[in-house]
Amino acid sequence: MTYDVAIIGAGVVGAFVARELSRYNLKIVLLEKFNDVAMGTSKANSAIVHAGFDALSGTLKAKMNVEGTRLMPEVCKELNVPFRPCGSVVVAFSDAETETVHKLYERGKVNGVPEMEIIGQEKLREIEPHISENAKSALYAKTAGIVCPYELTLAAAENAVLNGAELIRNFSVEQISFDNGVFEISNGESRVSSKYVINCAGIYADKIAGLIGDNSIKIAARKGEYMLIDKKMSYLANTVVFQCPSEMGKGVLVTRTVDGNLLVGPSSIEVDSETRDDLATNADVLADILKSAQRSVPAVNTRDVITSFAGIRAHDVSDDFIIAPSAENSAFINVAGIESPGLSAAPAIGVYAAELLLRACGGAEPNSSFNPCRKAPVRFRELSSAEREKLIEKNRSYGKIVCRCETVTEGEILDAIHSTIPATDVDAVKRRTRAGMGRCQSGFCGSKVVELLSRELGINSEDITKFGGNSKILVGKTK
Amino acid sequence: MLNYDIVIVGGGPAGMAAALRARECGVESILILERAETLGGILEQCIHTGFGLHYFGEELSGPEYAERFIKLMDELSIEYKTETMVLDVSSDNIVTAVNTTDGLLTIKATAIVLAMGCRERPRGALNIAGTRCSGIMTAGTAQQYVNMSGYMPGKKVVILGSGDIGLIMARRMTLEGAEVKLVCELMPYSSGLTRNIVQCLDDYSIPLRLSCTVIRIHGTERLEGVTVAMVDENRRPIPGTEEYIECDTLLLSVGLIPENELTRAAGIEIDPVTNGAVVNEFRETTQPGVFACGNVLHVHDLVDFVTLESYAAGEGAAKYVHGSVLPPDYISTKGVGAVRYIVPQRVNIHNTEDVKLYFRVGQVFKDASIVVKYKGRELARRKRPRLAPGEMENVVLSHALVGDFENGETVEISVEVKQA
Repeated sequence: MTYDVAIIGAGVVGAFVARELSRYNLKIVLLEKFNDVAMGTSKANSAIVHAGFDALSGTLKAKMNVEGTRLMPEVCKELNVPFRPCGSVVVAFSDAETETVHKLYERGKVNGVPEMEIIGQEKLREIEPHISENAKSALYAKTAGIVCPYELTLAAAENAVLNGAELIRNFSVEQISFDNGVFEISNGESRVSSKYVINCAGIYADKIAGLIGDNSIKIAARKGEYMLIDKKMSYLANTVVFQCPSEMGKGVLVTRTVDGNLLVGPSSIEVDSETRDDLATNADVLADILKSAQRSVPAVNTRDVITSFAGIRAHDVSDDFIIAPSAENSAFINVAGIESPGLSAAPAIGVYAAELLLRACGGAEPNSSFNPCRKAPVRFRELSSAEREKLIEKNRSYGKIVCRCETVTEGEILDAIHSTIPATDVDAVKRRTRAGMGRCQSGFCGSKVVELLSRELGINSEDITKFGGNSKILVGKTK
Repeated sequence: MLNYDIVIVGGGPAGMAAALRARECGVESILILERAETLGGILEQCIHTGFGLHYFGEELSGPEYAERFIKLMDELSIEYKTETMVLDVSSDNIVTAVNTTDGLLTIKATAIVLAMGCRERPRGALNIAGTRCSGIMTAGTAQQYVNMSGYMPGKKVVILGSGDIGLIMARRMTLEGAEVKLVCELMPYSSGLTRNIVQCLDDYSIPLRLSCTVIRIHGTERLEGVTVAMVDENRRPIPGTEEYIECDTLLLSVGLIPENELTRAAGIEIDPVTNGAVVNEFRETTQPGVFACGNVLHVHDLVDFVTLESYAAGEGAAKYVHGSVLPPDYISTKGVGAVRYIVPQRVNIHNTEDVKLYFRVGQVFKDASIVVKYKGRELARRKRPRLAPGEMENVVLSHALVGDFENGETVEISVEVKQA
């Protein structure tokens, strides 16, 4: 079979491109290197929906950010993904920074960002009672918010699949050839044919473009490290608390996550091109992050850190998003250099890239059965007593708590294993249900999740992995 | 809504002992709620011996120790529900729980005993640098895989932390054919029991390196190795002492944290040092009628002491049910210097019985004295040849002394070492 479109990379961008294209009668395949969607930049970032004043006016970044953020509340509603429009503050600690804040405000106005305001110390303290006493003023943007990036990706990908797109996992693209108007995409073992290709390969978008001889993309990936802190500390930030940006990015922020943890980070360090997927964290970097975070919110400390992690951002040397047909082959569309604010921009990038594809292929019929909505998964911990009772009445497995820290039931884990994009490893269950994401970090429920995956998928416990590949958890039976 | 005189949250050694004592004190209506499939708690996976030496005067395995109490629960017809998770304890002593047979349960209790135990500190809390590959787990999780499910988590093992579970698992993994290459401990002393260091490490020639920690984790998918380094007196790695050790498994035994989410949510005062509730000698928390005992109150070294403490809580709960409550006049207890904490944190001055004060020290001492003072006056002095952070200590406050105390005053415990 020849697909109409092959999308390479099931991160948040690939997922939204797939979803937008599934509005049309097109045969779509989404190719993912890993065992699950959202395994790259999309699972490890600040999880912020940015208002849109950071990107230089006139850039694609600025345009996509403002439009994506405008679309986000509606998209999240359709996809049943929690979005909290908590607003953001960029805090100035000096006169020079106050000037920067004013510049950002002016730039935001040019970019078309609504609902911004420069606020003084008093109002800032009202909004953020735990902010440093050294804070002088801030840019307050009400349209900023927080969203769960991997849930958003999963929801968009699920929605695309339900509307007819196909997802192939563990397909690492090694070669692409083009013959008679058809691309042959190979992972070394099997092939996929497609008339068009959309390159959404994140930090490897340059390598993928290189496979068709397009060397125009130059990814200079940057690592960002974060610390996730226990829910009991989330009172330290009400909005997303930014510091003034530097050349290397937006600086260290302090924010809540939609799940109610406190998140601090990121660092921003350019990484070696050859080892760009190295997700190792570094003690000195984490120490710097803490120091920097304490500049905004002095009460942040490492006592209640649950975990630390790193994400890699696909920064392109042009410093802008590249969303355009390749100069080498107009049937090959690059969606590259999608670093921050890529998450905010993703819904808009999906629309924009879909338009480019339609233009390239001369248009397509609408998919008459397209449904923009994705059913919300059961979230036991968020239900009222009456709802819980009804749920257990219907299905007893919702009465069995597997993850005690996050109150996740066996029913929810079974749902994840049998969902539209089934969870087949422990981390995939974790991202879908939060089982193992709490303060004990799967100490108690880890073995139970392995057991459920083994039972439901009919594979041995020894073959269950943490995140695909060789990330096995057990090595064999005891004597 | 159901009604019980006493609801006990947790059916491990603490919960069962509290139930037993409450029944002995004449309370009929008792319900234990246990989240696991069986009663017994973490003892069920502790198949090694060493339990019960103090309490039963014999050496039992964990399941054997638990079994003696489970049998008593059945003989005394004490009600319990397993696979039942408590979701909430309210400020008016209503317990909300869930299971597959009853669905959502709400239970009005006269008294509640919190006995939820503790959890292990995970990797994330240590902020060890490096990748997030598989092959890293707490020693207790490994114990569950090996002893309960019959699976090996790895073949070449490094253990970080010399807590008792880590030491026990060093031996267990060795017996199962794994190679335990090193146990490293950040502190200059082990936090485990001396007998475990001898029986689990020395007897199997497993090296224990003190003042040493894991500074980096290597491996993309499965763990491939760790870098360890010696640390200085401020627990910072010393450059030049790094050593790479190839391994496929890193087990963590770096501390236990009482599981007080329910306690906190109920608004009960927590001691920042123990991470457990602030209690009086009956183990009653700051919420009237709510008691706490076992590892949820403070981490114990031996289960025998959990049992004894839980008897106190069970008795306290029974007295509360029977309406025999002392006027609320207390002295507080305070650890000074190396004495990190004392449980109970307060003692009722109207109490007519001896009160045992349990505490831990923050460093190793030889030939030391434990000194108890009240208003600067020395009440008691007990000699100890050795004091160590891994071992819980106690002193008795005799009732004669308690009778003289005044409301609001403080009893202090300190450690004195004779100058050479």
